[in-house]
Amino acid sequence: MRFSDQFEQRFSEMLTHYPTKRSVLVPTLLYAQDEIGYLTGEAITEFARRLDLTELEVRNVISYYSMLTTKSRGKYNVQICTNISCMLRGGEDIFQHCKKKLGIGHKGTTADGLFSLEEVECIGACSWAPAAQVNYDFHENLTPEKIDKTLDEYKKKGTQ
Amino acid sequence: MIIDFRLLIEDHGTSTIKNQKSTIKNRQSKMASLVSHPDEVRVVSKRFGQGATSIDRYLELDGYKAVQKALGMQPDAIVNEVKNSGLRGRGGAGFNTGLKWSFVPKQSPKPKYVLCNGDESEPGTCKDRLIFEHDPHAVIEGVVIAGLAVGSHTGYIYIRGEYRYLSEIMQKALKDAYARGFLGKNILGSGYDFDVYWHGGAGAYEVGEESALMESLEGKRGIPRVRPPFPAVVGLWGGPTVINNAETLASVPPIILGGAEWYAAIGPPKNGGTRLFCLSGNLARPGVYELPMGYNLKKMIYEVGGGIPNSRKLKAVVPGGSSTPCLTADEVDVSMDFDSLMKAGSMLGSGGVVVLDDSTCIVKFALRTMKFYQHESCGWCIPCREGTDWLKKTLTRFHAGGGLKKDIDNIQYLAENMLGRTFCPLGDAAAMPTIAFVKKFRKEFEDHLEGKPCPFEKEAAIEQLPVMA
Ligand SMILES: Cc1cc2nc3c(=O)[nH]c(=O)nc-3n(C[C@H](O)[C@H](O)[C@H](O)COP(=O)(O)O)c2cc1C
Ligand code: SF4
Ligand code: FES
Repeated sequence: MRFSDQFEQRFSEMLTHYPTKRSVLVPTLLYAQDEIGYLTGEAITEFARRLDLTELEVRNVISYYSMLTTKSRGKYNVQICTNISCMLRGGEDIFQHCKKKLGIGHKGTTADGLFSLEEVECIGACSWAPAAQVNYDFHENLTPEKIDKTLDEYKKKGTQ
Repeated sequence: MIIDFRLLIEDHGTSTIKNQKSTIKNRQSKMASLVSHPDEVRVVSKRFGQGATSIDRYLELDGYKAVQKALGMQPDAIVNEVKNSGLRGRGGAGFNTGLKWSFVPKQSPKPKYVLCNGDESEPGTCKDRLIFEHDPHAVIEGVVIAGLAVGSHTGYIYIRGEYRYLSEIMQKALKDAYARGFLGKNILGSGYDFDVYWHGGAGAYEVGEESALMESLEGKRGIPRVRPPFPAVVGLWGGPTVINNAETLASVPPIILGGAEWYAAIGPPKNGGTRLFCLSGNLARPGVYELPMGYNLKKMIYEVGGGIPNSRKLKAVVPGGSSTPCLTADEVDVSMDFDSLMKAGSMLGSGGVVVLDDSTCIVKFALRTMKFYQHESCGWCIPCREGTDWLKKTLTRFHAGGGLKKDIDNIQYLAENMLGRTFCPLGDAAAMPTIAFVKKFRKEFEDHLEGKPCPFEKEAAIEQLPVMA
């Protein structure tokens, strides 16, 4: 499988950081997923081979971590926090609003493949609640209007 | 050896941040905003908003001076300094940091490690994020000093996967520190080798638990390990390992420079220094404030946090992250230090102060808290896996109006039976707040009985879920 040069460089460098190869697995899977969208069977075979693991061992790790996925997702993964600090400041309304706007539910993906939606646990933005992450970008102190505008901007960017 | 820091500081030209205001304005949208209050004592946050992600700027602001000083100290002297400073772990449990370091065996056939816990996932907590964002070198410096104290030559900084932009900041900081000789072979010309590496997670609260953290770093599922042996004796790859929270480690350089006495005097006895308190919830001015340990909670809510907005009243406070038992409005006149909160029946935890106003439904709040723990339970042991699931189901049905009177006692009974019976403290973390909600707000649970819709909700949907026998 081909990954970007930057990925390969990071991968080989990381291997030198630990006494065991396996240690690079979790961050490597996440970086790989960022490049190919989701962890395909092919990718799982690839990393099992590279790290001398069985495919089952790799799958076991993937299924544990909430950010790793073996299913395809939208180009922009909209993650709304509804945990306590966000809930107190309207996080649930933001989530409902996104559901309606995008016409999908928790872990759903829009037909055009542009957006997927997720209700997530605390993302470490409690003092700037309610908060969301679109892929890795934080969006804080949200209101329904603000998330509307944000999603519209992503839509524009994604369809250009 | 003595280093002339002026030689290490390159001209960083016009990019120098002239004042804090312009930094905040120029901030990228993904960066969290800063707040301030006159009562703050800035020890860990003193370089926030000062451009200290640049190594030159960090050096201008006393950066890497503590490592230099520590290199001239005996390891035991470093441990004692930290012990006497009264610094206690900022990750949750509040264990004396110097004491923890002293448990690491002097001689070890296996390499020793320092592991910085930057998994920060306890709901209500968002402070380590600011440290990585504004002062990554302070964490690196803390890791190196911890390494000198215990005789380790390798450190890892584990940052949760969601904090990708912080990982980039940290990786750059590490590269810069290597380039200037603060890391790598023969650091600062001392003859001591020290490597620090970044490591990234991929979404899992449980991985913040110290032994699960090590499993995760070794490339496995985050299932906790049996203790004893404790990590200080048998940790990463079987070697002795010091595990500390990012804020704990960032507090170490100022202690080495300012001295144990100075640091200890900031807080009450046995609770040295300051804390980054993450104020959130129904407050006029939420934000992360660095206040002296022992700061009064009431004052924190009404003066620092600006009080409760929308002419609402205070109902309860979760004082130290979602796992700590709530305090009622009558209980908030308390000193925010480990011992006083323990006495008040709660915990200082991770520094997440979540404020609830009187429009909040406690049952719903308890449910959301339990939903989190149920989702994050690693499933390894039965009391936690089954207990959180039953509690979530019961609370869901209860909040939807399908609650029975005996459920109230059942919720408490279930939670009490989880306490101390789980493999790792996540089970306790789920049980403790639940017990407090039922005990302190029983009336609110009763108000949901007999098919009554939630009194706090405009329209509560009645969901039919299994009734527990
Ligand atoms: C379920 C669970 C989650 C935890 N999450 C974190 C965390 O995200 N960050 C952290 O520093 N400590 C966390 N801890 C505490 C760690 O186990 C450990 O005590 C801490 O990192 C030690 O550092 P300290 O002594 O500096 O506090 C967690 C503990 C438990 C039981
Ligand atoms: S208490 Fe929960 S998180 Fe901890 S080992 Fe048991 S199941 Fe896993
Ligand atoms: S509770 Fe939403 S970011 Fe922490």
